[in-house]
Amino acid sequence: MSTATGIYHTTYEADLSLRRTRADWIRLTLIAVVVVAAPFVLSPFWLTVANQIGIAIIGAVGLNILTGHTGLISLGHGAFLGVGAYTSAILVSRFDVPTLIAIVVAVAVTTVIGTFFGLPSLRLKGLYLAMATLAAQFILLYAFRNWDVVTGGTEAIVVPYPEIFGWMLRSDFAWYWVIFGVAILVVLGARNLFRSGIGRAFHAIRDQDIAAAVMGIDVGRYKLLSFAISSALVGLAGAMTAHYRTIVTWERFTLDVSVLYLAMIIVGGLGSVAGSVYGATFMTVVPAAIQQFARNVRETIPTLAREMPAIQLIVFGAVIVLFLLFEPRGLDRTWQRIKDYFRLWPFRY
Amino acid sequence: METFIQLTVTGLANGAILALSALGFVIIFKATGVINFAQGYFLLVGAYLVWAGVVQFGMHWSMAVIVALVVAALMGVTTERFVLRPLVGENVISVIMVTIGLAFVLQGVTQFFWGTEPRAMPAFIPRGTIDLLGVPVSLNRAIAVVVAGAAFGALTLFFQRSRHGIAMRAVADDQQAAMTVGVSVRRVFALAWALAAISAVLAGIIVANLFGVSGEIALFGLLVFPVVILGGLDSVPGTILAGLIIGLLMSYTAGYIGGGLQQVIPFMLLVLILLIKPYGLFGEVRIERV
Repeated sequence: MSTATGIYHTTYEADLSLRRTRADWIRLTLIAVVVVAAPFVLSPFWLTVANQIGIAIIGAVGLNILTGHTGLISLGHGAFLGVGAYTSAILVSRFDVPTLIAIVVAVAVTTVIGTFFGLPSLRLKGLYLAMATLAAQFILLYAFRNWDVVTGGTEAIVVPYPEIFGWMLRSDFAWYWVIFGVAILVVLGARNLFRSGIGRAFHAIRDQDIAAAVMGIDVGRYKLLSFAISSALVGLAGAMTAHYRTIVTWERFTLDVSVLYLAMIIVGGLGSVAGSVYGATFMTVVPAAIQQFARNVRETIPTLAREMPAIQLIVFGAVIVLFLLFEPRGLDRTWQRIKDYFRLWPFRY
Repeated sequence: METFIQLTVTGLANGAILALSALGFVIIFKATGVINFAQGYFLLVGAYLVWAGVVQFGMHWSMAVIVALVVAALMGVTTERFVLRPLVGENVISVIMVTIGLAFVLQGVTQFFWGTEPRAMPAFIPRGTIDLLGVPVSLNRAIAVVVAGAAFGALTLFFQRSRHGIAMRAVADDQQAAMTVGVSVRRVFALAWALAAISAVLAGIIVANLFGVSGEIALFGLLVFPVVILGGLDSVPGTILAGLIIGLLMSYTAGYIGGGLQQVIPFMLLVLILLIKPYGLFGEVRIERV
């Protein structure tokens, strides 16, 4: 099998299964080992980064469902993240709602607001939709900053450490298991979504919306459904950030965050669940590594360390541009190519 | 009443600057179909180039402006050649994201060379006030309006009379047909980016003169989107009118309501237009029913 020119499926079961070859299973086991071992090995700094990756994965999978799989761009997801965070934080800190219920409500609220701002997608696509969601970003951010009665304005909301089933979630170590548990569920859910009729309808809309309509897909309904699922996941990511960081401020939900998430799915691979994971990891690790590097060279090369914020921006922009120019299908494609290279070796194809 | 006139005059002046900032955006979209999210940073780079020319290199301001225009035009052409051309025919998401990536690179570069501290633009544009209809109007705003008007006039002439301008309109109308009659689409694309960068420098100087040279200028660039959508993405007269409308709207909101609402009101209007009349006041309506 492994020396053949391709992977063939001879039964429907094989064709439908998520993991198809033995190599897939070996890789999955390896990943599982790494995920379980990581919190015991990582330094406190990198454990925090790992938790950020976990939350970013949830958000990136959510955005990819909308942008990568359904072909609808959103520049408002940073603000949707904020809707989730603010809702959950306000419920817990002001109304003493149990954390789990607050998160569920936050997801529901974000779903409603995300779907509302998805309404223009019924008439618009491409750049016009980008504009509509950009407007959503600015309007929501304005609400975070100026709707004092609800959001506390520009002052931060402090959230107490959550207690779930009598278990106090305080340390990064404890959070790691919660975050990665949820992230794995989200990834599995998304993988399965695209084996269902709904997921296939999303793909049909992305590839050719007119053809999709001809085939009997209610394009408008599925576009809104895509917005709903996507904003629900982003709302979940937002609510988890709020409780993980125990502090919510508007600065974390600016346009830059929307762009960061878009960058994640572009770097990872548009329209690929695995790609969202790669992208979220890459776009979280690289800035952290640069930050760490800056800290290390602070004494030896102070000028370089001082210019680091500017360099971060340049690297961030350059990564987006270079990926779009040279690997438009992202790390997912790179990985595919590497696998093919070894599978087919010594032949080219 | 006096406040009203004051607000109207300020609004119209700001609107003219907004229209001027949006102009480069419209040129690029009209000729190449690219949505340039980096337009705000083109403004920023232009302002910094002039500032650096005058303050750091001690050039005469006219010299600094000329140098800035040349550098910006080169930057525009380079961007088109190396960043946008490989993406011709790619989907809209990629094109939008590549210009966003570019915006971050430009932001980083300006921060790298000039830091984040706001700087005052050297006062080569007079800063006094003149009397207009009994209300004092600051001279730099008035000059902004004149420059914006002149730029629009020159551009209209260019589009109507010059060979290159007509070639650009031909490409905007139908690339294939333009190619068949021997118009070099590549040259037109390069020219569009160069012109957009030049108009961005002019707008950048004017904005910097009013608000200082800092990253804020790029935020001003984001207000371009409500303007171009209201005007209709590919319409130059629409841009002027929409710029003035948005300028007035912001000015009245700031004057009568306040509370920072003027910063978002253009975007609320944007959502409204997209829901009701997505192709704006003068945009070309493309009918596609899904």
